[in-house]
Amino acid sequence: MQPNVVSLISIGRHPQSGRARRAEQDGRGVELGLKLAGEKLSVLHVGNPEEPVLRQYAGMGLPAMTVLKQDETADAVPALSDYLQQEKIDIVLTGVRSESGESSGMVPYLLAEKLGWPVVARVADIVSIKDGVAEVLLALPRGQRRSVTVKLPFIASVDNAAAPARQSAFGPGQRVRMESVNTHGEVDQIRVDWQEAPAKPRPKRLKTVKAKTAADRFKAATAKPQGGSGKVMKNESAAEKAKAIFDLLIEENVIR
Amino acid sequence: MVIDWLPSILIVVLLALGVIGALRRISLWRAGQPEKVNLIAGLMAMPGRYLNDLHHVVERDKYMSRTHVATAGGFVLSMVLVIAVYVFHVEQKIVTWLLLGALVLMLCGAFFVFKRRLNPPSRLSKGPWMRLPKSLITFALTFIVLTLPVAGVLPEGFGGVLLTLILSVGVIVGLGELLFGMGWGGPMKHAFAGALHLAFHRRPERFGGGRSTGLKPAQLGGESHGVAKPSDFKWNQLLGFDACVQCGKCEAMCPAFAAGQPLNPKKLIQDMVVGLAGGTDAKYAGSPHPVRKTGKEPGKEVGHAKGGANNIITAGLIEADTLWSCTTCRACVEECPMMIEHVDAIVDMRRFLTMEKGDTPNKGSEVLENIIATDNPNGYAPSSRTNWSADQNLPVMKEKKQADVLFWVSDGAFDMRSQRILRSFVKLMKAANVDVAILGDEERDSGDLARRLGDDATFQSLAKRNLATLSQYSFKKIVTTDPHAYHCLRNEYADFDTEGALKGVEVLHHTTFLNQLVQAGALKLDTFKGGKVTYHDPCYLGRYNGEYDAPRDLLRSLGIEVAEMERSRFRSRCCGGGGGAPITDIPGERRIADMRMEDVTATGAELVAVGCQQCTAMLEGVVEPRPEVKDIAEILAGQLIEEVH
Ligand code: SF4
Ligand code: SF4
Repeated sequence: MQPNVVSLISIGRHPQSGRARRAEQDGRGVELGLKLAGEKLSVLHVGNPEEPVLRQYAGMGLPAMTVLKQDETADAVPALSDYLQQEKIDIVLTGVRSESGESSGMVPYLLAEKLGWPVVARVADIVSIKDGVAEVLLALPRGQRRSVTVKLPFIASVDNAAAPARQSAFGPGQRVRMESVNTHGEVDQIRVDWQEAPAKPRPKRLKTVKAKTAADRFKAATAKPQGGSGKVMKNESAAEKAKAIFDLLIEENVIR
Repeated sequence: MVIDWLPSILIVVLLALGVIGALRRISLWRAGQPEKVNLIAGLMAMPGRYLNDLHHVVERDKYMSRTHVATAGGFVLSMVLVIAVYVFHVEQKIVTWLLLGALVLMLCGAFFVFKRRLNPPSRLSKGPWMRLPKSLITFALTFIVLTLPVAGVLPEGFGGVLLTLILSVGVIVGLGELLFGMGWGGPMKHAFAGALHLAFHRRPERFGGGRSTGLKPAQLGGESHGVAKPSDFKWNQLLGFDACVQCGKCEAMCPAFAAGQPLNPKKLIQDMVVGLAGGTDAKYAGSPHPVRKTGKEPGKEVGHAKGGANNIITAGLIEADTLWSCTTCRACVEECPMMIEHVDAIVDMRRFLTMEKGDTPNKGSEVLENIIATDNPNGYAPSSRTNWSADQNLPVMKEKKQADVLFWVSDGAFDMRSQRILRSFVKLMKAANVDVAILGDEERDSGDLARRLGDDATFQSLAKRNLATLSQYSFKKIVTTDPHAYHCLRNEYADFDTEGALKGVEVLHHTTFLNQLVQAGALKLDTFKGGKVTYHDPCYLGRYNGEYDAPRDLLRSLGIEVAEMERSRFRSRCCGGGGGAPITDIPGERRIADMRMEDVTATGAELVAVGCQQCTAMLEGVVEPRPEVKDIAEILAGQLIEEVH
């Protein structure tokens, strides 16, 4: 049985030129979707159907894509959840966070909340789907993977560790069938009120390495940070866990 | 007597069969896409093109050119007279003696063809081509003996029945090859297809000493892009493939073939012939596309390639890697006596792979994506394009608006090694007080790489945007240190220049421009005192644009006597850097750059002068010890006598 998979795509932004492009993670989401569902993959975008970048996604060999047409100022989440509720869908794939706009990384969570589905964050691969259960590999730092099983339907955000998007070809990109659906978006007032400014590079916490030899330096650069102060809390109550997080945030000066 | 009417009948029958075959062949070409040609003018120009242009190429091999003149000239003349004498019974003495003369001429030619075939070089195809000289000799001899009685040298009825039988066999063998074979795909097909190919060549500008090297624009939009099936070629391209004589001159010159990459241009053309006619390559009797010794994959040996006019070429006829091995150096085209256009065909097929399949190998995909998103192949910030010239005090067009010379910097701006060339060139221009400006961050990649990788959509977009920028400013000359950008600006942008941004503008390579400055006495140069120097002709400067002399003149102005490599000027061997080859990086037995460096070393030179940043990068990538590599601008800048103010 081929699962019903939807890949959500957004307009990316090239880090060097600032130009619109196929977003890195969304591209991987489409790639994973093509692996799972082949030509039957649905690809969904909220925004302007005339946006040329959509054709870069289509150039991956998509016969069609759906665009929920709405204004730039409108919030994408309500339109998406309305649309997704109508269809019978097994898996929704998104990027971890978008490359433009608010880039909050909240879309999968907000959608999951509305649809009442689980979120699987930072997926590296979906290995198999059998009897309504998917075997999913999660990406952990330093190339590690965690294997989990998830019941359908669910929302997965696709990590940079997933297979890269295939080359986009001009021809199929030009010939894609754009199905444009009119939606009445709600204006995202918070977003509209935002002011955008170029980001300043965040100061990095210096890691002082007292290494004498090149081998030591190499080890220091590659070794796992020794999380000596961390602890694993499994059996404590939710209040205790929350308290521990709160304390840590104060300790790290995140909240004062 | 039997022998009186037998030749006439055989001639008429074989002629008719030949014509039927020819018509069938023409219908195969007509499966291609329409392309306008001037039928009458083309046919009228054909003999001239054969005698001047084709023979100009064949003339490089004196032995072969004389042989061919004798054989082909003798054959054409004797065929006309054979028809006159044996079909229309024109039996005047003078005609028969003329016929005898023509036949003897042909016999001599055929004898030399035979001699060359005794110990043929590996580039020549064997198979039916080995039979050809024998058939030619048979034809000539048979008709000589047959004509002797007609000419009155021998008595009528000489030799009796036995001779009649032998002669009949001779007539069938000779005419079979020459008339029947011509129409039905034998070696003599080259005469028929070749003549028409000359008449309807897709680049008529090449005749009469002209040059036409810019790629033809791809049609964008529609159901498919590029050439997927043989029938997607223009009809006269198909005709061109059929003209191939399998001489292997292209094979002998091809750097990719020599490097053991899976490309033999001769085989490629023969694969196209298989494709247009349908069938397999089992009858091909020349060198195959090289197969790497390690891990021989099945199905790559000759005999496994299958094709048809409407079959996808890369699904069974040729491997995609064959197409991606080409450096687009044009050595094959330059060498081909039939003036076949290999590079056009290769790029046409690449267009399908890139624009339809999204299947550009290795770094291709990444590089194209970078070009689209940042206008340079490495994905650098477009706003850092002018960083290299921070200390150069170069005016930017945006502020200056007009200048005598627009210096097209090219993507070398992002590369530290190329920047040394750029700086040297700027130093020279300053010394000569040239009124120069650059486009700065407004400049974009020329599109050369995208185009050779088959992404004509991106090339066209870049060309249009660059032209729009150029049209805002006024300048008399564009000068660039990059022969690839030079080629695009000079030969390929015109197809998109609707605004006339380059109208009346002279596009020059920096060596040409510097040579003008030196000739005008604008630069004071010291004599060069280093050791022996050789010069490497970049493909895109030499074969693409015909500039062989300016770089040599410049070196001479420094007192350098260039120690020429065996393969220089139009026969220069590619450095391996063109056509996106370093990006698609198809493995072979050796690297092309290493072979070129061996050419350099063979001259005993300590320094190799080049005129291209890509060649510099490729040749400097060869492991040391090796001669030094410098752009001519760098060498000149080193010898510049600067006036102290
Ligand atoms: S252009 Fe150069 S590399 Fe390509 S086939 Fe011809 S000779 Fe070989
Ligand atoms: S393509 Fe040209 S050079 Fe190559 S074998 Fe054929 S006729 Fe000779």
